[in-house]
Order: sequence, then C-alpha cells, then structure tokens
Amino acid sequence: MDADTGLPSQSQNGQYLLLRHRDTPSIGELEVYRRLGGFEAWQKVITSMQPGQVTDVVKTSGLRGRGGAGFPTGMKWAFIDNKNWPHYVVANADESEPGTFKDREIMEGNPFQFLEGVAICAYAIQANAAYVYLRGEFWQLAAWLDRKIAEMEAAGLLGEKLFGTDYSLHIYTHLGAGAYICGEETAMLESIEGKLGQPRLRPPFPPSYGLFGKPTVVNNVETLTNVPLIIEHGAEWYRSLGTEKSAGVKIFSLSGCVERPGNYELPLGTTFRELIFTHGGGITGDRQVKAIMAAGASSALIVANEEALDTPMDYESVPRVGAQLGSASVIVIDDSVSIPWLINKTMHFFKHESCGKCTPCREGTFWMMHLTERIVEGSATLEDVELLQDVANQVKGKCLCALGDFSTEAVLTGIERFRPDFELAVAGSAVAN
Amino acid sequence: MFAEKYSDEIQAILSKYPPEQRRAAVMPLIYLAQREQMYVTKQAMVEIAEILGISSTDVASIVGFYTLYYDKVGSTYRVQVCTDLPCALRGAEQFLEGLCNNLGIRVGETTPDGAVMVEAVMCLAACDKAPMFQVQSGDGLSYHENQTVESAASLVAELRRKAQSKRRDGHGR
Repeated sequence: MDADTGLPSQSQNGQYLLLRHRDTPSIGELEVYRRLGGFEAWQKVITSMQPGQVTDVVKTSGLRGRGGAGFPTGMKWAFIDNKNWPHYVVANADESEPGTFKDREIMEGNPFQFLEGVAICAYAIQANAAYVYLRGEFWQLAAWLDRKIAEMEAAGLLGEKLFGTDYSLHIYTHLGAGAYICGEETAMLESIEGKLGQPRLRPPFPPSYGLFGKPTVVNNVETLTNVPLIIEHGAEWYRSLGTEKSAGVKIFSLSGCVERPGNYELPLGTTFRELIFTHGGGITGDRQVKAIMAAGASSALIVANEEALDTPMDYESVPRVGAQLGSASVIVIDDSVSIPWLINKTMHFFKHESCGKCTPCREGTFWMMHLTERIVEGSATLEDVELLQDVANQVKGKCLCALGDFSTEAVLTGIERFRPDFELAVAGSAVAN
Repeated sequence: MFAEKYSDEIQAILSKYPPEQRRAAVMPLIYLAQREQMYVTKQAMVEIAEILGISSTDVASIVGFYTLYYDKVGSTYRVQVCTDLPCALRGAEQFLEGLCNNLGIRVGETTPDGAVMVEAVMCLAACDKAPMFQVQSGDGLSYHENQTVESAASLVAELRRKAQSKRRDGHGR
C-alpha cells in the first residue's frame, strides 16, 4: 500500500495486483474476496455507470491485451457493433504457448477477480452471456471455475436482474480438447460453435462478426483480471504503473535455464536482467545466458548481450532488440544449448499444431521440421540451411493467422543471429560423411 | 444408449448454449461419450449427431481434429509427458526416457496389461514445474508436476492397480 493514497502500489514493492492469492491465499473464497473489496467494482458499474463510461475508463487506463498482440483493450470494446445483437464476451483461457503458464495461476489462485473482469467487460458491451474457453487440459480448473460461478449466482452476483436493475448475465465455461490453434481468437469462436478450430478470414473482426456471427469481444484472462482494479482505483492510477506507452503490471512467465522459474508480476518496463538475475536467481549451474525468447516458442531469438539484458520489457522496447514482448513468456537459453536443436523443438510443436487450413503453414512447418531434423542429426549441408531459410520466407506473411508467421520467427532469427551454430552442425555432418 | 443413459447431463450441457446453436454442444458431448471407455464409439457419434441435428461425419471430424478425443479403444490411462522446449531445457526428455525404461516400454507404447500408455505431448502450461505430465482417463485429466522417474513410476503402478479394479467392475477395457 502507498501510505499517501491508500492505493495498492506496484507489486514489486508491495502488494500483488493480479496474483493476489500470494498475499492472501484464501482469496479464492467468496467471502474473503468480498471482504477485500471484491465485486464493489462490479456493483459500481451496474448501478452507477453507463456501459460507454466503463469502456472509456478502460481506454484511458492504457490497458493493452496481455495475450500477446498488445491491442488496446478499451479500443477493442469500443469497436463492438451496436446495431447487431446479442453481444458476447469470450475469455481466452486457452493458454497453450510453450513458456506461458500465467493464466492458469490467476484462475487457480484468484478466480473471482478474473470472473469480475469478465462480468465488467460483459456489462460494458451489454452482453448477457460470456464464455470462458479453457484448453482441454485445464479440466480440473474448469470444474473449479464452475463452482466459483455457481457461488456468484447463489450470491446474486450473476444471473437475472442484477442489483435490482434489468441487466442479466450468465458466465459459462467451455473446454477445448487439445489444439493450440484455438488460442487464435477466430479459431476459438469456431471451436465454441462446434466446428473445427480453424481461423477465419479477417476482416470482419469479432467485434462486428464474432461468436455465432454476433458482435463479440475476445480478451485474455490476464487482461480481464486487470479490469476490476482499474474501475476501483481509476485510469490515472493504472497509468502511473509501468511505462508511458505500456501501462500497468504484467505477469512474466519465466522458464528454461534459470534457478527460479515461475510467474513474476512486475511493472511493464522491467529489464530482462532484473527478471532473470534478480527475480529468477540467474542461470542454472555455471552457465552463461546465450539467448532469450520473450514470447514463448513464437519468439524471435534475442542474442543475450549486455544491451539486450538491459532492455526494458515493454511493447515498445523489445522490438529494438529484434523481437516482440508477446505474452511475456520468457524462455532463457544457456550456452550449452544448440540453436538448431532448439529450432527443431519449436518446429515439432508448430508442425503438430498447424491446423492445416493454409497450405504454406501446413506444408511449410512439415518441411521445416524435417530440415531441422536433418541438421540436428548431422546429415545436412549448408544448402539445407539455405533451403530452410527459403521455406521460412515462403511461409511468412502468407497465412490467415499468425501461427505460420510464428513458426518462422526462431528459424529466421536463429540462422541470422546464431549462424556459427548451424555451421558447426553442418561441419559435423561433413566429417560424418 | 448414450442419449438415454445421460439424458440429464445432456440437457444441462445443451442449456449452456443458445437453443438455435445446438451444435456448440458437440465438444462437451464428446467428452461425455468417452467418459467410460476413453473413446467415442460409432454409435455414440450417431447419437450425438441426432441430438445436435448435424451429420455423424461432422461429429467424427471434430473427434479427429482434437488430440484429447479418441475413436479407438486404447489404454485405460494415458500418461502424457510434456517435452516441449521449456520442459526439455529442464530435463523432460531424459525423464520420459527414464520412465519408459523403468516400465520396460517405448514412448507411445502401453504397459502389457493395457492399463497405461506413455506418450510425449505438446506444451501443458506448466513450464516452471518440469518434468511434468498429465494423466488422462475417461473421467478427466490431472496434472503431476516436479516429477522424478521414481515418483512417476509409483504413480503408474497405482494407475495399473486402479485399471485392474475398474476392469473387474466392468468399466474400461
């Protein structure tokens, strides 16, 4: 707590804002959450705010989508088509990017703050139904959320004619069944509709043509979990956290070759160095950090030099070292790791998860997997490395959704920035031959 | 018959979606259909199609698209070890190999009693707690994190005992 304002301060100095169960382990119980001011924001928006006002506050707060794209949240809500009804909210809890494990912790530990965020979003766009799309592996988590939703209904926080008004809202969970592509928002909508989880051609975007063809807002779990605090403490307070263009706190999922992997809730703009060395305890063993992937397996490979380590992790700064912040899933790679091996791992993933709709992605991921396989096995030549680069360039920018592009990021930046690793792998095969 | 046996649960599932969008219930209905035997029978697909007013080919295509659905008889339990990049950096591949050696099977194979299959799967969103795996059975999925070969092997032994008693009770395979 900040002594002057009484508002929660940045989580690194004081209390957590999103991972609040770490301060209050029982916050997943309704009475505890309410005692800490929970659902006051929900009551406030329904009883004293117009839907448009809610959207304006979120817009002014500078909150941007935490799922990866970083799109301004309030702007997305404002795009909702008010000539076509009903409206829907879909909370993206598909969390399937290798290196990302933050939404699961939020929903397990602090479920009501997330559900309150879903509810406030629904009110802002006047939706009467919201779906939480969880990856199928989150089976137990879905059952847990179902119980929490039932508790809210029993307490009059969800259901018909809420707080004596005419507004009604129901929240439902929907389980996926093992498909990374369903984290892509239009594939997710197709999946809820009972179809194959394959992306749609856009535009139209979900705020005009979404679930069941109706205007829909799709937001990530972490994004929505910020919303109750923004309503409670105001847009200005939220803007005071993070950097000028990247407001607020972010949960960084830290994994790979570090002493203390885990979720770290920090202001946007925290440096890679602080995350990896101060919070994460540094590199495991006597190793040096070689590369960083900031956005999970979909990342460009950042050369972990001093400049990169001192780069603030926000939406504007990470591109300066040739990458994106994405969902802030920071995978740390030490100097024992061969980059061709790493790329072969990511290619196995993308080949498996390509939905098959777009030919460049379906075929390209297959061939990139086989080429990297050959390089790792030590039976490739330099021409194979060039062919790999060529295939990646033929996939990039040629597919309906971002999966195809994502699959090429590590390939292209790996070859460009870690060329000696490839030359070594190829030289090994020259000896073997 | 699937539709008769689970009529209450089917109604509860249908009530989550707009009445004119019944097809949206296909995924939860498939989960329900594979609850007892960990796979969806042709008969169940036909019944699901009838309930939703779609073709059984549509249902089969959904079963085929998603990795957690099965259209063939398999093991009672599936031990699914994540070996994606972040887990691999923390020894998941060696863990999987060690577990399979311990059980005397290869990756993708089932123990001789038909109880437990061990396979490598894609990211399970538990990268900080590797090595880890999930156990899938007809009635759900559970996570097991920060594992060793020993802890995993003893869990597999327990699953094999459970599978045996399930079979005795006439469920599962």
